[in-house]
Amino acid sequence: MKLHEYQSKRIFAQHGIPIPDGDVATTPAEARAIAERLGRAVVIKSQVLVGGRGKAGGVKLAKTPDEAEAVAGKILGMEIKGLTVKKVLVDEAADIRSEIYLGVVLDRARRQVAVMASSEGGVEIEEVAANTPEKIVTVHVHPLLGLQPYQARNLAFGIGLPKEHVRAFSKIAQGLYETFIDSDAGLAEINPLIINGDNQLQAVDGKILLDDSGLFRHKELAAMRDPDEDSPAEIEARQSDLSYIDLDGEIGCMVNGAGLAMATMDVVKLFGGSPANFLDIGGGASADKVTAALRIILSDRRVKVVLINIFGGITRCDEVARGIIEAIRTLNVQVPFVARLVGGNEEGGRQILANANLITASSLSEAVQKAVAVAKGESA
Amino acid sequence: MSILVGRNTRLLVQGMTGNQGIFHTEQMIAYGTNVVAGSVPGRGGQWALGNVPVFDTVREAVSATGANTSIIFVPARFAPDAILESADAGIELIICISEHIPALDMAKVRAYLDTTDAMLIGPNCPGLITPGEAKVGIMAGHIHTPGNVGIVSRSGTLTYEVVYALTDRGIGQSSAVGIGGDPIKGLNFREVLEMFEADSATEQVVLIGEIGGADEQMAAEFIKHEMKKPVSAFIAGQTAPAGKRMGHAGAIISGGEGTAAEKIEALRAAGVAVARHPEEIADLVAQNL
Repeated sequence: MKLHEYQSKRIFAQHGIPIPDGDVATTPAEARAIAERLGRAVVIKSQVLVGGRGKAGGVKLAKTPDEAEAVAGKILGMEIKGLTVKKVLVDEAADIRSEIYLGVVLDRARRQVAVMASSEGGVEIEEVAANTPEKIVTVHVHPLLGLQPYQARNLAFGIGLPKEHVRAFSKIAQGLYETFIDSDAGLAEINPLIINGDNQLQAVDGKILLDDSGLFRHKELAAMRDPDEDSPAEIEARQSDLSYIDLDGEIGCMVNGAGLAMATMDVVKLFGGSPANFLDIGGGASADKVTAALRIILSDRRVKVVLINIFGGITRCDEVARGIIEAIRTLNVQVPFVARLVGGNEEGGRQILANANLITASSLSEAVQKAVAVAKGESA
Repeated sequence: MSILVGRNTRLLVQGMTGNQGIFHTEQMIAYGTNVVAGSVPGRGGQWALGNVPVFDTVREAVSATGANTSIIFVPARFAPDAILESADAGIELIICISEHIPALDMAKVRAYLDTTDAMLIGPNCPGLITPGEAKVGIMAGHIHTPGNVGIVSRSGTLTYEVVYALTDRGIGQSSAVGIGGDPIKGLNFREVLEMFEADSATEQVVLIGEIGGADEQMAAEFIKHEMKKPVSAFIAGQTAPAGKRMGHAGAIISGGEGTAAEKIEALRAAGVAVARHPEEIADLVAQNL
């Protein structure tokens, strides 16, 4: 789950990291009021969960409250990469002397948290990594010890930070590490961390990605979820404990297990088709999950055929088949189905599906080829 | 012979009396696995499924029954504690089925396990099986058949798909190990490949990977420099959209973006035959017989 810039910065501030004074507005009048309170030039920043806001015209300066109101009026409602801007952050404009990158991330290869810093802030860290990797300094944190003061200093000196800022930088690095740990994050990033006109360090922009598995112990963070992060279908899927991702194709896929679901998409593509979604209904294949999954798949109007691939193993295929038939009955289905079930009483399952006029298959390749043919308007 | 589990396995089930725990314990016993005990805090002194003794603590279970392997079915929030309890009680091999454990909890658990002799498989995995000897997991036993192909995989049902295709062709398996799909886990491809390379019952290996991280690239390094047995592979997620799970900052440190194309290239460069679809694995394996 992603947090907005303003949410991330508020959490940073709770951990002692200096951020610009500012607030969130949902109307031009609110933006004006914030600018009046700040009493100086402001920057108006669209709050959408995609990168490249600046290039899209979603970040603008305003010198006066009048200007702030006008600029906010333009940015609110704007579309950025398919997302409508509903909130803007109105921050005091920063006098930027230099820009630093500071990020905390889980390094899965080392099984440790890594803290990275670079003197090249303000640009995407991927870009720095590709062009000037020597400008990124990294320390790895032992999970049972936490970030040590010497490690924070190593980062500061490693990026050539002037001596006078080392103490403040170390405190910010510690704060960002604590932010990461306390919120069960996968990424916590300040970019840029600036040195301003008053010669002070300040976190001007930042983001936090949360580990969804940790949300059960962070109700306050879970409540920050922006429903616009996912499509309505993806939200419905999450509520039914299904893993679903929208794609552009026309073959709706319902599979059990993430690996097999990805592999099924790959095979669809291999045989010339195009998957409409990724959908993992989990290890088993209970009737209520099957119904929820089919409802979500069928809500996508582009779907021309539904491909079901359930490798039950222990699960009985006749039970899964009955669940599918029941779901089809309640959902008033218009598109053809191709189903392939493997597991206990496979033959019984296939019979139930065939009796209800579903196209059946015994192997994955056969099922996919039939689905691709149907999607192209050929007979399977 | 085979790897990790077999006739010498004396299995303890943690969280035995829950729905999942009791269902799979029954399945494992039916397969022939030697289940010697269960542990559920507060249920000590009871019996499950007629003749399996249940203990309050893993320590008691180990000393009373000589359990050497444990399998964990407890909910995610209790699973790190269950892993540590097993490790401290002297269990040699711990298999954690539970999913959705926070990654930072696993980082701590793994750092502690590295100071002990315990080996961990999982979490978020289907477990492992040595066909004809022991099933320590949630996979369907009947699709497996004893043989000489070792299987190691990050996925569950996709592994069953491959096993099914192999068995269908009359090709048996020495052991099939599901290492799980979480970012921080116990045994990785590399360690399991090492075991298969050393195992006299294994003649060739199938590796099933997926997008994300760089585990497959590290496996490719090992295969290239230290493995003599042939390896076939499949990587799931060739058509998966980018950036849906993790930001790119993680990929920088792992030395890549974790795409399927990148992994396939690394494996091919190490001499691994990579299948275009899961069922094709059986063809590649058959060519090595």
